[in-house]
Amino acid sequence: MKLLFEMLSYPFMQRAFEVGIMVSLCSALLGVSLVLKRYSMIGDGLSHVSYGALSIALAFGLAPLEVSIPVVIIAAFFLLRITQNSRIRSDAAIALVSSASLAVGVIVTALTTGLNTDVCGYMFGSILAMSQKDVKLSIFLSIVVILLFIFCYHKIFAVTFDETFANATGVNVNFYHSMLAVLTAVTIVLGMRMMGAMLISSLIIFPALTSMRVVKTFFGVVILSGILSVVCFVIGIIGSYRFSTPAGASVVIVNLAVFLFFVLIEKLRKA
Amino acid sequence: MMLEKKRILSCENLWIGYDNKPIVKDFNLEIYEGDYITVIGENGVGKSTLIKTILGLLTPISGRVIKDMKGKGGIGYLPQQTRVQRDFPASVYEVVISGFLNRANKRPFYSLAEKKEAMKNMDLLRILDLKNKCYRELSGGQQQRVLLARALCASNHFLVLDEPVSGLDPEAAKDLYSNLKEINEKRNMAILMISHDIQNALVQADKVLHMKKDSWYLELGGKKDETFI
Repeated sequence: MKLLFEMLSYPFMQRAFEVGIMVSLCSALLGVSLVLKRYSMIGDGLSHVSYGALSIALAFGLAPLEVSIPVVIIAAFFLLRITQNSRIRSDAAIALVSSASLAVGVIVTALTTGLNTDVCGYMFGSILAMSQKDVKLSIFLSIVVILLFIFCYHKIFAVTFDETFANATGVNVNFYHSMLAVLTAVTIVLGMRMMGAMLISSLIIFPALTSMRVVKTFFGVVILSGILSVVCFVIGIIGSYRFSTPAGASVVIVNLAVFLFFVLIEKLRKA
Repeated sequence: MMLEKKRILSCENLWIGYDNKPIVKDFNLEIYEGDYITVIGENGVGKSTLIKTILGLLTPISGRVIKDMKGKGGIGYLPQQTRVQRDFPASVYEVVISGFLNRANKRPFYSLAEKKEAMKNMDLLRILDLKNKCYRELSGGQQQRVLLARALCASNHFLVLDEPVSGLDPEAAKDLYSNLKEINEKRNMAILMISHDIQNALVQADKVLHMKKDSWYLELGGKKDETFI
């Protein structure tokens, strides 16, 4: 407890906490749909796009968020839509987009600023990266995501569970896909600077997968994912402060530990 | 003399297919309350395409589908092999009640009346005791009945089924047929069903739609009503 108060006495830590809790909540909620619709890797793909966009923004001295958010939203649209009229399969498309934008990012930084600590921070995350603007944006984002989940919960369930049926009963499936794409994109841009481009997708995948081990209803999975994600984040960030480990990686390790624990529970239940 | 039945849907001069290549040409069909129509034919003659067009998932190349169902919800649809992932966490109740989606369009939550009707539909299909079970842990026959209960929530006058018994064992298939018969007779719901199970399809239905490459005809109680193009 004393440790927690000590941590929160630093303004940068407060910001990291605020943004981190909001982002982990949003990514867990969005993650349930993404994982079940087999879009798990989209987080990974989008964070690489975000990395590419950020390094271009840095090179030209532009504001990082203003450049990367629209670019990542466009990429998200492209990736979620490509499965519908698929000439290229979505897993291949994600791999293509993600490695290409990573390559662009690396070349742009190498030609301009060189691979400095900023870039390293984008790759593996840094809790120092959060600004006041990020805090505002992430609070706004999480309010949008939570309201969306409350008001469209049943439609999200129907679209995730059975797209054809939802379509036949008159739900605008494309609208919900697009909305999912936009919100995922913004969540990833906000989260990747703390978690790192290489690690952000874990926030989307782990909570949903972990909850699915023990809970058998969609509602239960959504609620448990949200709770687990926030709890894992808080434990991870306290651990990273205590043992001076990188924040993003620590959060992932906590998520992994919880996942393994839930797998064990599942196994014991079956036995 | 029979009472005049209400028409709920009609297809007028439909030309349908993908990418402007017609598969079914100049198709006409009228569906009335309480009709039980099965669609039979080889693979690739456009049975599923026809159903998707009737449901509004595909736009016809020309012609139109007129729906005459005032304020009664839409069409209840039982898709062919629902591509639900094997690890999807959802309870039977969650799946069934999601059928009301089109009726609760503006409301974010389901009403008490809808919850009661969902229970009634589950009772009719004898899956009420599975209510809190996980959908993915059910047998094929049980899953089909859950999806049928969902379709009943979506509509109370017209069901469309795409090969509902494929992949079911004979016993489960028999159960599903008797469920359908019951729904058709007790609730006066129209049923349009694609089937490969020709024997049962002929016994069950009161109209049979034969589809062939480039032609189709409707059979009415043994009396052929051929309408070749």
